[in-house]
Amino acid sequence: MSEKKTLTFCLMDPPFENARTTTALRLIDTAVRRGHNVNIFAYEGAVGVPFSKQSAHANKVHGFEADEWNHPLPKDWVSEIMKHAEKAGSKVDWINCGLCVDERGMNEAVPGVRRGTPGDLVNWANTSDNTLIIPTK
Amino acid sequence: MAYFYDLASGLKERGNTVTLFLIQNGVLPARKNPSDSTLAKLATAGVNILADHLSLQERGIEDNALVDGVASAELDVVIDQMADGVKTLWH
Repeated sequence: MSEKKTLTFCLMDPPFENARTTTALRLIDTAVRRGHNVNIFAYEGAVGVPFSKQSAHANKVHGFEADEWNHPLPKDWVSEIMKHAEKAGSKVDWINCGLCVDERGMNEAVPGVRRGTPGDLVNWANTSDNTLIIPTK
Repeated sequence: MAYFYDLASGLKERGNTVTLFLIQNGVLPARKNPSDSTLAKLATAGVNILADHLSLQERGIEDNALVDGVASAELDVVIDQMADGVKTLWH
């Protein structure tokens, strides 16, 4: 890996909706595994990505119970990214937009996620080595 | 999509180094298609065109089915370029 850098990502899509969330988390995971420090600002529906009350469901149509169906949950992917960061010696700072959280009643998030404001994104954009905004459509 | 192809082409014409990284359904136009030469023209113009390996795999697109000038690549390329300070736009 090259020198450790700080990269900022802004996500806007809610979980379970489209491939952008998966791609965003793949990018973040790749950055973390390569030892970079990563800031994530979750805005609008993206505050639901680390929402800790997500729960796996069964797929009765195909005859699977919840434990058999192994339904993927974005909150678990976020937690895994946090673990990878610890192993790789990189830092992940995840901020959920507080207003967006309150609007949606999504105060509960996995460990490592904190509340903030769009001002945090501006500060990060000014101090990071690079920033990628992944807007919703 | 056409707008972004034009943006990549325009940036290249102005002397910039440009990489177009195709991902998710964005890899679908990377398949060889006799009726659409847009990506081939971009590659000929000097735009570096890459297609996400996982997105290609998910859609059953083999490397030998790609338009000339388009190469399969891992997502690491994006992170490496971001770490190098390359301006990155999502479309």
